[in-house]
Amino acid sequence: MADKIVVKNLFVYYGKFQALKEINLTFTDRKITALIGPSGCGKSTLLRTLNRMNDLIKGVKVEGEVYLDGENIYLNNTNLVELRKKVGMVFQRPNPFPLTVFDNLVYGLRVRGTNNNRLLKEIVEKSLNNVWLWDELKDKLKKPALSLSLEQQQRLCLARLLAVEPEVILMDEPCSALDPIATGKIEELMFELKKEYTVVIVTHNMQQAARVSDFSGFLLLGDLIEFGETGKIFTAPKDERTQDYITGRFG
Amino acid sequence: MKKIIHFRVKPRIKEWIIETLIRSSAVIVIVSLILIFLFVGKETLPIFFSSEIKQEVNLNRLFLPQARQNEKFVWQPISTVPKYSIIPLIIGTLKTTIIALLFALPLAIGAAIFTSEFAPTWLRELIKPAIELLAGVPSVVLGFFGLIVLATWLQNIFSWTFRLNAITAGIALGLAILPVVYTVTEDALSAVPNSYREGSLALGANVWQTAWGVVLPAALPGIFAACVLGFGRAFGETMIVLMASGNAAITSLKFTDSVRTLSATIATELAEVVVGSAHYYTLFFIGTFLFVFTFINNILGQWFVQRLRKRLHGET
Repeated sequence: MADKIVVKNLFVYYGKFQALKEINLTFTDRKITALIGPSGCGKSTLLRTLNRMNDLIKGVKVEGEVYLDGENIYLNNTNLVELRKKVGMVFQRPNPFPLTVFDNLVYGLRVRGTNNNRLLKEIVEKSLNNVWLWDELKDKLKKPALSLSLEQQQRLCLARLLAVEPEVILMDEPCSALDPIATGKIEELMFELKKEYTVVIVTHNMQQAARVSDFSGFLLLGDLIEFGETGKIFTAPKDERTQDYITGRFG
Repeated sequence: MKKIIHFRVKPRIKEWIIETLIRSSAVIVIVSLILIFLFVGKETLPIFFSSEIKQEVNLNRLFLPQARQNEKFVWQPISTVPKYSIIPLIIGTLKTTIIALLFALPLAIGAAIFTSEFAPTWLRELIKPAIELLAGVPSVVLGFFGLIVLATWLQNIFSWTFRLNAITAGIALGLAILPVVYTVTEDALSAVPNSYREGSLALGANVWQTAWGVVLPAALPGIFAACVLGFGRAFGETMIVLMASGNAAITSLKFTDSVRTLSATIATELAEVVVGSAHYYTLFFIGTFLFVFTFINNILGQWFVQRLRKRLHGET
């Protein structure tokens, strides 16, 4: 099992507020790692440090190192475009662009200068197949993406990401806008994805973390309380606070 | 036994008064709009129905070329043989409007994109109110600026034959519609949800690609609405063109000739016209024409915005 991302002594501040304190953890290649914890504990912040989406927030300060394949991504000369090509992200609410289904899927390729129509079509078919949307959408490629159902939109966002062939997929509560059946489909998809991708998922849903992830990290008020194999975290947590949280005593 | 409760409905007089007030203000707005149209429209009827007036001015004379030696379209309502072709006025209006749009749309939309997508906060806080302040400048001041300052500058640079012409008037007019277009465009861009920008950046696009590929398409209906609004405003604006256009009703496609617009014609001539004369009814016809044209422009614009919105967002 190879280490894909290694986080070392990570501190994140929003202005004066300390959002993450001395985080050390490792994300394993081709496994699903879940980050759990109550609202405001910093799990989304941690996720967003992995592709430097936090840079967009005003007044944010990041200290420490994050290594992707052994390379620190918090150097001054880090190429953010390349980084985000390798580390893609799916958001909480499906956010397809107000373009057609096709234009959404090829967006990431076009901004990198791929314009060969035949190639684009091939990739569209492949990435839709990967999220099991091809049969549903093959006749709707010219339709506005926003006319799809929420669950289709979320899978479309995932397909849009797969089209640029990332190595790591970050998911920020990807199912919170979806109903249980749609959630089931996305979870099934995650199992498929981990064959080829390293997946990090932030979730509020304890059952979801237990169902899909191989490793889990529990955060509380900016501290990483406990990290380990999901089976162990959920059956025999070492820390009392983890125990309290996963049994639903708070959070 | 079932207990029966009687709810006594209290006469809520206060709410009734407020509701009536609000409703009647809406009704008053619509009714006055209709009344204005009816009044102005009524005064054009003799052109269609009075045989006496029709001898002097009719639709043929207003719009079609006349068999004359030199000029086919002439607006000379107070010569010994009055000529009532409004074609030179329409051309004049279109020329100043086109120049105004060419000048104002790129500037306003560019500035709006800059402030909403690229500018740091402090700069945005500076530019936005500054442009919106321009909207508060009375049009007579803009006309004055066009007539005295702008015309002289342009004259010195290009040495045109006519100091006051369609370009001078158009640029001054552009200054008047710039804040309108800017404000509406800026609002449309700011209304684009941040999740689109994040989604685009997370796919590895840079800020320019994000603005061009995602934010602009998302805001397109609003931007188009801004352009329609700007066009309508430029088409009907009076004081600026009255002052800076040279006011010569010439049928010419050259932008460096002096022009006279429909609105400026009404403004200059209505005060001295003989009530009930053919000239009088013609001026009202011009007013109705402006009204109807602007109305149709706005309706078509609305319709197109709806269509665009549907195509982008899949709303039904």
